[in-house]
Amino acid sequence: MKLASSPSSPSLSALPAELQMAQETDTAPAMPSVRAEWLKRRSFGDWFYALALIAAAGIAFLRYGEAMDGYETAILAVHVPLLAALGWAWRPFRPFAAAVAALSLAGIWLYQGDLARAEQIFFLKYLLSSQTAIAWMSAFFFIATGAYWLGLAARSDFAERTGSVLAWAAAVMGTVGLFVRWYESYLLGPDIGHIPISNLYEVFVLFSLVTALLYLFYEGRYGTRKLGALALLVISVSVAFLLWYAFTRGAYQIQPLVPALQSYWMKIHVPANFVGYGGFALAAMAGIAWLPGPRELFAGRLPAPEVLEDVMYKAIAIGFAFFTIATILGALWAAEAWGSYWSWDPKETFALIVWLNYAAWLHLRLMRIVRGAMLAWWAIIGLLVTTFAFLGVNLFLSGLHSYGSL
Amino acid sequence: MQRATARASALEALIELLSSMRFAISLLTVLSIASVIGAVIQQNEPANAYLNQFGQFWEPVFASMGLYTIYAANWFLAILAFLVLSTMLCIVRQSVPMLREMRGFRERARETSLRLFTRHASLAPALPPEARRGAVVAYLAGAGFRFRIDERENSALIAARQGVAGRIGYFLAHAAIVLICMGGLLDGNLPLALQIKLDGKAPTSGDQPLAHIPASARLDPDSWSYHGNVYIPEGGGTDFAVLNVGDGILLQSLPFKIALKRFHIDYYTSGMPRRYASDLVITDNDSGRSFERTIEVNKPLEYRGVTLFQSSFDDGGSILRFALHDLVPSARPPHPLDGEVGARLPLAGIGYDYTLEITGFRPINVENIAPPGGGGQFGGFFGNGTQTQAGKNLRNLGPVYTFKLRDTAGQAREFSNYMLPLEIKGRKYLASGVRASQAEAFHYLRIPLDGDDKADTWFAIRQIFFDPGRRAALAERFTARSLDASDESGLRERLKETAENTLALFARGGLAAISDFIENTAFTERPASEEDRQRAGAAFIQILQGLVWDAWMSAREASGQDALEIGDEHAPFIRDALFALVESLQYGAPFYLQLTDYKHRQATILQAARAPGKPLVYTGSLLLALGVFAMLYIRERRLFVLLKDDEALVAMSSNRKTIDADETFARHCAGLAAVLGTAHTDSQESP
Repeated sequence: MKLASSPSSPSLSALPAELQMAQETDTAPAMPSVRAEWLKRRSFGDWFYALALIAAAGIAFLRYGEAMDGYETAILAVHVPLLAALGWAWRPFRPFAAAVAALSLAGIWLYQGDLARAEQIFFLKYLLSSQTAIAWMSAFFFIATGAYWLGLAARSDFAERTGSVLAWAAAVMGTVGLFVRWYESYLLGPDIGHIPISNLYEVFVLFSLVTALLYLFYEGRYGTRKLGALALLVISVSVAFLLWYAFTRGAYQIQPLVPALQSYWMKIHVPANFVGYGGFALAAMAGIAWLPGPRELFAGRLPAPEVLEDVMYKAIAIGFAFFTIATILGALWAAEAWGSYWSWDPKETFALIVWLNYAAWLHLRLMRIVRGAMLAWWAIIGLLVTTFAFLGVNLFLSGLHSYGSL
Repeated sequence: MQRATARASALEALIELLSSMRFAISLLTVLSIASVIGAVIQQNEPANAYLNQFGQFWEPVFASMGLYTIYAANWFLAILAFLVLSTMLCIVRQSVPMLREMRGFRERARETSLRLFTRHASLAPALPPEARRGAVVAYLAGAGFRFRIDERENSALIAARQGVAGRIGYFLAHAAIVLICMGGLLDGNLPLALQIKLDGKAPTSGDQPLAHIPASARLDPDSWSYHGNVYIPEGGGTDFAVLNVGDGILLQSLPFKIALKRFHIDYYTSGMPRRYASDLVITDNDSGRSFERTIEVNKPLEYRGVTLFQSSFDDGGSILRFALHDLVPSARPPHPLDGEVGARLPLAGIGYDYTLEITGFRPINVENIAPPGGGGQFGGFFGNGTQTQAGKNLRNLGPVYTFKLRDTAGQAREFSNYMLPLEIKGRKYLASGVRASQAEAFHYLRIPLDGDDKADTWFAIRQIFFDPGRRAALAERFTARSLDASDESGLRERLKETAENTLALFARGGLAAISDFIENTAFTERPASEEDRQRAGAAFIQILQGLVWDAWMSAREASGQDALEIGDEHAPFIRDALFALVESLQYGAPFYLQLTDYKHRQATILQAARAPGKPLVYTGSLLLALGVFAMLYIRERRLFVLLKDDEALVAMSSNRKTIDADETFARHCAGLAAVLGTAHTDSQESP
């Protein structure tokens, strides 16, 4: 005999007192009750955080609303629920956001609309001006990498904890650097001002940040700092490239935008792309930790294989989801700027290849056609393909995406 | 009969193959490799470029493989078609079982199979049997599960599920691939290729007047999809777009006329365009209705299914006024000449067997005039991101005009001249770049300006210097200045002869001819030492510089100016003038074309695109995004609680093997244990 799923009338008299709650929710339809539960679980801090976000967006709109078009206003508005959800789901993001907001606003306030003050004001010169903040970010990332490796080598919990704190500090300084740089670009000239994700230098800062935040998320999620040494390694490599690029080419200068880049699309296309790249980089690092070689070398010091496989899958999943969005946004933007949603430009072509590569990875994992070390190798090779799409295309192939060139 | 079944099973096997994931992945791999080739080999270049790159043998081989237009190659399109087919078959084959799966609760699951689940646990409920079901049901409903109960002998299975919507993601994402590929095929080159084949259209050369373009190269406005360029000068209008097909073009008629009222362009201080926009007037061909609209980069206009994009800009036929300075011996003053950018002017009327093709004009030309190699500065890194890099000095060098001189044999040299003098190390020059082919860099002739900032002096010097008829007089003048009039030792004659010979040698081959002379003829008695050669070279340079000075003075005399006192302050001019004389021998044009005035007229370059597949592609993209997120982030969980007299067996399945699933299972076990009044006793993870 079959019963429908509607709650029957079971005798609940025997339920223990503490389960009376369940009895109440029983009568409510299933889905809303879950949602209501989720909202009910919000603490005072959660609501305060959300209100702070609303206030921040409101102030930003009141002050700068005139300079924003409808799309940009929408992007601002969407950030409120987005960041609220992020902060609710991941508590450490809240102090991070608060620190970034406080330091960025301090930097902007210290400038008082005068670029020259970067040289005169102590806190600007040594802490908060964009380049100095990015230099701090670089230093923190390097030291964090060292600390994680020390933790791995000496099995020191303290060293790993230090690495974690430094990685957070680096992420804060890098984000502050980008925000202050955004403001500086407007001081350079109202028509020059733009969001600092428009050239290779700026997006490398973004890449370091996003990868670090993704890693820190998983660090908290799995309660293990043992992947830090590898994750921070890939960030350090990108920071090293960033510094080389800045010192040899003077790439840190704020450059005005070519007309094709003057669009709200940049504000969503580029960050989405870098969540993708960050996820793929993290997955490759988890892949390295999963290979038999490193496992033997660091016997017992790396996270458990199940954790690594999980990190790898989650990182590729989030990377793939965002990369899909980024590529779609890119196509929509291309349709507006270049007259065609897909032109087989080398950058587009390689984006497709990267996408296909990870689509295949997800399929084969799902179908259990490929497993074990092979998946790890694939994730590592995937990062090489991604790196070529990110850097190599700009170095070796010409095309429409030339503003990202070295 | 047997054959029929064999055929049926073969068909089945074919469908099996086509819809298998391995087949799809293989196709994707080939597609990826093809894409890499397409990205590495620049697409749609002129045939000559490929011939240079790959050579006689490989160029046709690659061409036959379609590697130069890989994304339109038949085999590439065939792979795409197979991919669409494979994805469609996959959807069809999967849909029935998957829908059944989504709707079902698997409430028939046997106890033995539940015990084989990776995640299962056995609880010993303390709750009386009649209360258990209610407790479990309440718990499951509270946790967001839907469930169904299967009554069995002495037991009941509560089969619950959640997150089956994730499976819809599968349909969305895979249907999206089909939609996107189909939309892409519609908007790709396929319709144009069909039109060329079926309607007998043929691309023609782009290098001919509009009126000569045959009907076979003109496409009707109702073409399915296209993407072409539209060039309109200010004040002009057009009603077609130019499609580049291989080495030729096709004209695509548009359903409306586009006129350009004005073109706007703003620059950053670096000379980079900041914004450009076109004020357009669109007139519908059918209704005759017209309206105005300004379009700019990132702000296109869509009308009657055609989207117009601001793509670039060009000169729209600026009127240029030149002064033509003869470089060959002549007595006439600079000759005035008017022309329009884009025009071809035969110069036979003014005595030259050349055609002047004015190819371009830019009124603003910002360049970094600092010496190269400044490099990054460590100190500059810190602080705000606006520090200008050391060694960067941007300056607007003023109008630049380019033209070609084509001789009667059809050979052309290309020139790029600056209208305004350039200042280099405190001295001013007129600069003209010249090259014999596009592949070369411009080689610059720098004409020094005199004290009045005019180039006339140098032109006059050059006239005298290279005129065989005036050689003797110049040599005489040089000799008279160099030697005392009373010198009768025959030195005078020898010097004059040397000066004349030097002029002749120089006119024939510049410094190279003189160095040749030193090498081969000058030292007849004994082999020359290195020192001898250097001394002789220095002597020749001295003679040449002296001759430049005398030519200069005789030019001043001729134009009624006073002679100058010889002195060091003139040395730089003499040096520059001599250097320019040397360079001018390689200049390759019998005259110098100096821009004196201009009237700027701009043109806009638009792109006109018709992409009827766009709604398909966009819908597909939306479905893809939704599908990917649903597949990855809606987690399907199926929880089974088998209530028996002495045991509650809990088992869970999920469609992904992740750690969350284990955690979720542990949480539900604990939750169920709590409502059933027990700690769970026997939790098992079978391998």
